[in-house]
Amino acid sequence: MRRRSLIAIGDLDRAEVARILRVANRFAEVMQRDIKKVPTLRGRTIVNLFFEASTRTSTSFELAGKRLSADVVNVKASGSSMEKGESLKDTVLTLASYAPDVLVIRHSAAGACAIASRHTDAAVVNAGDGKHEHPTQTLLDLYTVEREMGPLDGLQVAFVGDVAHSRVARSGIQGFAMMGAKVRLVGPPTLLPRDAEEALGVTTSTDVRDIADADVVYVLRMQHERMGEGGLVPSLREYAATYGISHERLRPGQRVMHAGPINRGVEISGALADDPATLIVRQAANGMVVRMAVLYDLLAAPQSAAEAAAELGAVAV
Amino acid sequence: MGPRLFQRPGPAANLVLRGVRVLDPAAGIDEVRDLVISDGVVGGDARGLEEVDAAGKVAIPGLVDPHVHLRTPGREWTEDIASGSRAAAAGGFSAILAMPNTTPVVDNAAVLGALIDLASRDAVMPVGFYAAITVGQKGQVLTEQAELAAMGAVGFSDDGRPVASAAVMRRALQYQRLADRPLVLHEEDPTLVAGGCAHEGAMASRLGLGGMPSIAESVAVARDAALAEYEDASIHICHVSAAETVEEIRRAKGRGVRITAEVTPHHLALTDGALEELDPRRHKMNPPLREESDRQALIAGLVDGTLDCVATDHAPHDADEKDMPFEEAPFGVIGLETAFAACYTHLVNPGHMDLATLVRRMSTAPATALGLTAPTLADGAQADVALLDLEAVTTVVETGFQSKSRNSAFLGEALAGRVLLTIAGGQVAWRAA
Repeated sequence: MRRRSLIAIGDLDRAEVARILRVANRFAEVMQRDIKKVPTLRGRTIVNLFFEASTRTSTSFELAGKRLSADVVNVKASGSSMEKGESLKDTVLTLASYAPDVLVIRHSAAGACAIASRHTDAAVVNAGDGKHEHPTQTLLDLYTVEREMGPLDGLQVAFVGDVAHSRVARSGIQGFAMMGAKVRLVGPPTLLPRDAEEALGVTTSTDVRDIADADVVYVLRMQHERMGEGGLVPSLREYAATYGISHERLRPGQRVMHAGPINRGVEISGALADDPATLIVRQAANGMVVRMAVLYDLLAAPQSAAEAAAELGAVAV
Repeated sequence: MGPRLFQRPGPAANLVLRGVRVLDPAAGIDEVRDLVISDGVVGGDARGLEEVDAAGKVAIPGLVDPHVHLRTPGREWTEDIASGSRAAAAGGFSAILAMPNTTPVVDNAAVLGALIDLASRDAVMPVGFYAAITVGQKGQVLTEQAELAAMGAVGFSDDGRPVASAAVMRRALQYQRLADRPLVLHEEDPTLVAGGCAHEGAMASRLGLGGMPSIAESVAVARDAALAEYEDASIHICHVSAAETVEEIRRAKGRGVRITAEVTPHHLALTDGALEELDPRRHKMNPPLREESDRQALIAGLVDGTLDCVATDHAPHDADEKDMPFEEAPFGVIGLETAFAACYTHLVNPGHMDLATLVRRMSTAPATALGLTAPTLADGAQADVALLDLEAVTTVVETGFQSKSRNSAFLGEALAGRVLLTIAGGQVAWRAA
């Protein structure tokens, strides 16, 4: 049987996102107990296939699978046949021959998950493909904001920085908008995507003061290769001065997010990064339960709402 | 000596198309009658010839494709002279011109000579060859264009990459006075497309694909039009894809620059809306599919003659090369076998142009632009004929190609207009099963 995949946030509709967030909440309760493991996915196999470095995403996916009692295998590019030049297709075919239920894939090229899903019946979960999408990051971001700030509908969210090269922003913009939030992009003109208004249904600004209306200020990682000789902004110094987010640029009540890893003193000040009032640490912590919910949704979720309600009770027991 | 085309020797065509609509707009012919081909020449005595019932069908001059990649030498598993010319014949073409970006590059007499020998043995229809503008297509040293032209090279092109240096481009234009062949230009400012793999616009922004902006093409055309004007040289612009470029060419023609241009069926038929599936086999090519406003500008340009002709940029890749993430897969789609049907379906059927204009743009105009003798159905001409069934609708499927490759932008699409028979260089080159 060919399973559903999660490659782009747009693969889900609003009701499905809400369902995953509800399930994540139940798993969060489970995680408060002494025994943090549930038998939900016993006998299922999850392969984490990481062609690109990752700390948060790979760790939380691995833990998520294990807490659900699935068999979890981690394959990293270094030390595998990928180092010998094996193609993505052949790697996927090899792993697919072990009949996994889920392939979690991180890859440096946009479209990697789309290609992989052609060669396996397993559910493919996109853990970040190039600059394309990172849908589970968005789900955990939505979960974090809803939990800490209440309903997403009507919320104002500003993504600040290198939107053009950010898969976190690309999925996030669409995810927040889907849930009824209003999204604005703020960044240097060289790092805002072309035709962003039309492409993503957002407003854009190059003036950092335009984060003033935002309830959530989502700070994007500024990669060093974009600066100086990379040519997109002149220097780290000018970027930090123009767009770096610090307490001075925020008004009371605004909550700050960052998907990590952060560059202290570049896109975010060290003092702000360490401020427990930001949502940054919560995002990392919530990654696991949201990924548990995603795996549950793809492998174990009943189809009807009534079944879901019954099943949820069972899961938490 | 002028440009030369090469074809394997074979029996001359002898047949009569009974009751066919003979359509040759350039010769002022549009009438229903018998079309006689005897001893490989149009006209003559029909008695004793094979009879083909062609009632309800249309005979047009053979199509001419000024831009194909036959992947020989170097990548013969994706296409060779035999398979590529067979694909061309199946598409109704009676002449195709092959680009020199092979391995090794066609940049010297030895490689060109070997290709001429191969085509003279294997090509089922006439094939011409471009040689490179610069050695190795590196954009630095001009090739020995006088010698290559004397051997029959149809023109010079670094297709696949632009001639980045304006000074080298200018020298090539000056040297044209000696070589007397068109310079066929892949126009792209490399600094503006660095790392890109899709049209820079809303779709690429949504999918996170590196952008290839329209201006990368139009600024390169503007530069070369200015250089050609200054040197009073002639240039042919490959695969125009952007509205800005159409406008640039229109302005250049308006002030008398000797410039011609081509556009591909896929740019005329499709837009970057198709990229959503992230399927590089069908939708990754250079230049990229652009927006609907670009597509409309290309159609308008082809209708009013700003864009002289259609060219396929037939670019075979095997399945494995294309079975990669969108960003990593190579550029290019095949096009010979779907070219007429794609244009008929997307240009004539919706009413953008009439069939006669399409025939001019796919036969007479490309031949004229590249300095070839234009195919004609006038009596006494070498027989270059395509017999079409305009009513037939065929769904493009992977198993349906003569080409060795299947990377078609039209896979899965139902296209109207089928090529039943192709006579090329006076020989029967294709008969549909």
